[in-house]
Amino acid sequence: MSGSVRTEAPTPAHATLARSLTKPRNGSTQLARRPDEESRIWLERLRSDGPQRELAIAQLHELLTRAASFEVGRRRGMFPQLRGGDLDDLAQQSADDALVAVLSKLDDFRGDSRFTTWAYKFALYQAAATVRRRAWQGREVPLTPEAWPRTASRRASPDQAAETAELLVELRREIDATLSPHQREVLIALALNEVPIDVLAERLNTTRGALYKSLHDARLKLRRGLAARGLTTTGDGETQ
Amino acid sequence: MTDTPSQMLVRRLLGPAGPEVTCDECFAALDHYVELELSGAQPEATLRGMRAHLEGCLACAEDHESLRAFVAATDARGPR
Repeated sequence: MSGSVRTEAPTPAHATLARSLTKPRNGSTQLARRPDEESRIWLERLRSDGPQRELAIAQLHELLTRAASFEVGRRRGMFPQLRGGDLDDLAQQSADDALVAVLSKLDDFRGDSRFTTWAYKFALYQAAATVRRRAWQGREVPLTPEAWPRTASRRASPDQAAETAELLVELRREIDATLSPHQREVLIALALNEVPIDVLAERLNTTRGALYKSLHDARLKLRRGLAARGLTTTGDGETQ
Repeated sequence: MTDTPSQMLVRRLLGPAGPEVTCDECFAALDHYVELELSGAQPEATLRGMRAHLEGCLACAEDHESLRAFVAATDARGPR
């Protein structure tokens, strides 16, 4: 069972981290449903005091490290130049950040899933964001069109290729005509140039959520613009 | 049939057609969504707008794929 209780003492690093992290002010939480027994025990131990809490934090950190290592490992192809030790450092940093996030948001756990699943997502999120930022470190983020597709793919039929090409021409017209400069920049960076959204957020000094809102609004304008010219799209982007 | 690069670009430019949650809402519900999926349930019935967002947001889609893969692998390993 994940998170089973062990008896060994936390390492000094975890003990230091545990002492620096305060318990949530409010020990209660708006639980959507009764949590499973294992999750209830996790919450109880993390909200307790002294050695019991320190041990729980150490065990939680171990789980988060496993998750972060998993995520960094999945993406190691992005860094052929990094050695194993460097990747371990990325995972450790991500697990540390995730631990702080989990402990500060303990009251947000609603019992909709197991506590461990809820906690894992913080580690995976941190690791993915860390890896993406590291991969783009020192690289310029392209905010203008780098390359629109020119050649037709052999996978498409001639009719499909022509239809898609025409739609892209119309989309480029809409992008130039109807989007605000910021919307254009965000759409081009994220959708055309495939810049990771958290990398772009860091460069533009904003948040992932704010950027996605801009992207969403831009996409809505494009769909409406196409519709106004009689070019409706199906749910998967094909024209009708 | 697999999408061509141009078709994939059109999808990325237009995004999902239906209503979708925000990135913050998606993150908040992701654990619930994944456990519903792994239990064989249809998560969209309970968590509307998540699937659309995962189609439209590459970063959230990657987070979803990672959480699902990690939890499935962890569950498969069993109790320790």
